[in-house]
Parts: sequence; structure tokens; C-alpha cells
Amino acid sequence: MEKDETRKEGLIVLGCPEAPAQVSLALYLAHSLRRSGYIPVVTGNPSARRLLAMADPECHYIDEMLDLDGCIEDTAAGERDYALTFVLVHRESGVSYAGTLSVVSAGRVIAVVFGKEAEALASLIDFECEKVVAQVVHNPMPLKKAIDRVMKWDV
Amino acid sequence: MGCVEALNYEILLRYCSFKEYRAFIKEHYREIYEVQPGYKIFDLTLIGVPPIPIGVEGDSVIFPYTKPCHGTFVLKVEGKEEIKKLRSRK
Repeated sequence: MEKDETRKEGLIVLGCPEAPAQVSLALYLAHSLRRSGYIPVVTGNPSARRLLAMADPECHYIDEMLDLDGCIEDTAAGERDYALTFVLVHRESGVSYAGTLSVVSAGRVIAVVFGKEAEALASLIDFECEKVVAQVVHNPMPLKKAIDRVMKWDV
Repeated sequence: MGCVEALNYEILLRYCSFKEYRAFIKEHYREIYEVQPGYKIFDLTLIGVPPIPIGVEGDSVIFPYTKPCHGTFVLKVEGKEEIKKLRSRK
């Protein structure tokens, strides 16, 4: 498939694949990005990417999947950047990835903080970064509503 | 892109948070440099909450290395060139 250079790219940074809501959340974000005119690109570790690839075998939602280390390295080097980045945070390491993207990307960066420890994790984000926070584990609807509100996808 | 397994590293802390490694490096090393996420050391791109401290002791550098599922490790690796690079930063 030929790449459309005129369309902006939106990046979804997956966290550790253990969180049950992560695949649904990533597919919903990819769908919403596409609907808003962005090319959805996903990065994560190999297991997290495989789970998503299985859920979207014909790439209806996701345009491209990138190796996590390579994606961060290319963004930090200024070789590639994204107009909008969602960093999925359900562990402390996710806060570090949000902190990194907030520095290396010139685009808008939003930390989507979810899971049992969402409030505690969100309190660690003391750097410049937008936050969407919902203490959800299995029911993704509060998180979906919070994202829709921030992105004005609910209008 | 570098690979951490190509380095001869010593693990000083494992599965720690960014607050823990900041405190550890500040407590144990007198020569400390603060860098931004995305800084390259041994061809690895550093991940973390800004600013990221890097300690220097003798010919070794002490820095955090983060992975999504395992949190952060603090590694000690010999690297005279990296020390030179850190010291020459303005």
C-alpha cells in the first residue's frame, strides 16, 4: 500500500501486554484516529504487537506496527514524528515512556492511564503531558468516555 | 540501534521505579549528569521521566535502562568515551 504523505500520523504506544483492556483500547484509538484523518501507527514490544495483530489480521484499524526501541530512537533522532501520540500507561514503566515521548516528540502527547493503580500512576506525571485517567480494569466504557471527551470525539 | 546484551554490564538495581533510581544515583555517586529522555548512551536511547540522572564512577557510567514489562534496571558499564561525552556537554 502506498503511503499518503499528506496525512498526519497518530502513534499508539502499547505498554506491557498483561492488561486486559489494552487491545480493545488500542483498536478503539486506531479506529478513532483513522476516523479523524490520521494514519494509525502502533508501537510496542513483540508480545503486545502480536496480540494486536491477531485482533486486526487484515489491518482494518492499524496501518503500521513498529518495533518499540526503533520507534523511540527514530523519534528522538528527529527522523520521524507524529502529530498525536497516545501512550498507554498501566504500569510505572508506562510513565517513563510518556515522559520520553513528551520530550522527543513535537506533537501532542496524551498519556492514557488505566488499570487498578491509575490514580497513583497519574500522580507521577509531573512533566508536560496531557492525561486521560480512568481506574478501569475490565470495563473499558469509563475510559472510552474520558478519551472521547478529551479528543472531542463525543460531539 | 544498540543492544544492551552487547554490553558488559553489572546490574545495580532491578525492577525499580524512576523515583527509586533517581534517589539511588543521587545518593551513591558524586559525579552526576542530567540528560533528557532520548539521550544516546552506548547506542541505546534512554527512556525515562525528565531529567534522567547518569552517574560516573572511575571509568564507569551508571544509568537507568527501562523496558515495558520489567520496569527499570540500573546498569553500570565501563565507558571512557561516554564519560568524555558527558563531561563535554554544556
